[in-house]
Amino acid sequence: MKDTILEQEILLLKGLARNDRKASEEIYKQNYNLIQALVVNNNGTADDARDIFQESMVVLFEKARSGTFELNCQIKTYLYSVAKRLWLKKLQQQNRFTEEWNDSGMQVRVDDDIEVHEQKDQEFNLMHQSIQNLGEPCKSLLEAFYFKKKSMQEIAESFGYTNSENAKTQKYKCLMRLKKLFFSQYTKKEP
Amino acid sequence: MHEHDNILLTEAVERYISGEMTPDERLQFENLRKADSEVDQMVVTHTMFLQKMNRYNEWQKFQVSLNEIHDDLATQGKIDSPALKGKAKIAYLFNKYKRVGSIAASIAGLTALLVSAILWSVTPKTQRAQLDLLNRNIHNLANKSRQQDQEIYNLKNNQSTTSIVKPAINYSSGGTGFIIDSKGLLVTNAHVIQNAQNIAVANAAGDEYEAKVVYTDPVRDIAVLRIIDKNFKSLPPVPYGFTKKTAEMAEPLFTLGYPREDIVYNEGYLSSKTGFNGDTLSCQIEIAANRGTSGSPILNNEGDVIGILNSRQKDQEGVAFFIRSRNLYTILNEVKEKEKTDAAIQNVKLNTRSSIANLNRQQQAKKIQDYVFMVKVN
Repeated sequence: MKDTILEQEILLLKGLARNDRKASEEIYKQNYNLIQALVVNNNGTADDARDIFQESMVVLFEKARSGTFELNCQIKTYLYSVAKRLWLKKLQQQNRFTEEWNDSGMQVRVDDDIEVHEQKDQEFNLMHQSIQNLGEPCKSLLEAFYFKKKSMQEIAESFGYTNSENAKTQKYKCLMRLKKLFFSQYTKKEP
Repeated sequence: MHEHDNILLTEAVERYISGEMTPDERLQFENLRKADSEVDQMVVTHTMFLQKMNRYNEWQKFQVSLNEIHDDLATQGKIDSPALKGKAKIAYLFNKYKRVGSIAASIAGLTALLVSAILWSVTPKTQRAQLDLLNRNIHNLANKSRQQDQEIYNLKNNQSTTSIVKPAINYSSGGTGFIIDSKGLLVTNAHVIQNAQNIAVANAAGDEYEAKVVYTDPVRDIAVLRIIDKNFKSLPPVPYGFTKKTAEMAEPLFTLGYPREDIVYNEGYLSSKTGFNGDTLSCQIEIAANRGTSGSPILNNEGDVIGILNSRQKDQEGVAFFIRSRNLYTILNEVKEKEKTDAAIQNVKLNTRSSIANLNRQQQAKKIQDYVFMVKVN
């Protein structure tokens, strides 16, 4: 019996790492109410719960992708521990810390993972800012090439460049600008 | 020439990283890396950067799918989320069914039924020149009709679920406003907040914040409000841009506003480049405008705000006017002149580029709705 649960969990994590919607949905369904109860019972709203749960999902997503998820605990326990830490942090930031903490006491160590996540989260926001500040057509051009995996030929046609060489030159310039934007902030962040 | 080399090299690095090179090419390239430390360095930093971009893309996709999953599960009742009532339900339906137009039409029909039972502050359209003189009287009239509406409303609704007037605060709905600076600066129509004692703004989630008037321009019918509530946290950067361009005749336009307690989407088109009586500050738009939508943003397909909805001609159904975004730039400069000592105001810059140009309409509406607020006055 225990084995099958473990197998299921491994399958779910593999799916999650692939960003497979069915797996994400399953994990979501199995764990959301628990996390919502944790947040709502400790001074939070349903919206807070949604944010905290989704951020915890992102931590799990990264964990699954890095392949370092040791199944010495269930997904549920892991998510719960992460959500608890994130919510505590948020309460402290808003000076709404409560002495009486209502929860079921499930806990595994997640401090390192959260630290890694916060660093990545900062990077994510920085990348978002940099891309937003690029302006058009750079933003769309880079998104088309790097995110939507469009070919240079397609891009030249849809953006109206006369040939793919020109589009390539433009893309290169845009990429250089993005790098500059990103690293000018990024290096400042390094202690 | 140097740049051309760099472009080729970047391309090579990308093919190398993604494993598109033939084994021969790969060997050559690796030899080049060993021989030239600059190339080697470039491969390392570029790989790192591409990984970061890739992760960003993955995260974004993941977060989008999480939100979809949440809405799906909540609607199916598989998780106990109270999120999908009213506006969220509508937003969900928008995303679920692509037939936005017909849904909007049915909402508009529903709204028409509801509106009759709900009270709204309304300022009849007057000639601008006389506006100042008539302010008082209009306000008194509005107040009277407000009281009457209130009585009718109370009589009619004993089992109503959406109580408009919360006894504690006693605000009545005035209109709509939208964010021009994510730190909590909004614009709405001057007539919406005219003679208001207190002002509150409420977002689509129902969170209410206290606000005060920073500037009002009755001639252009624009007012700038600032949220002064401690509970208000800065929003992410404003998704829409503010364009100085005039929309073209027949250009499709859309808006989000509060004709009632929940946010409502509407679409239409530009029907004339001038406003009421040939007024050049405004344009005419064909859209189902309702009372309460005064101050809503009017956006084009790119997600640029081209104006602010401000009035409806009483005798014609579906005709409305909006004040062109150009005026916002002018007004912001006037505000800065007036509030010389206020650093926060001095730093406000209108976003000129929409970040939602490439999204479809449902996604645009979803992004924008967090930036559109109901303006309540008393």
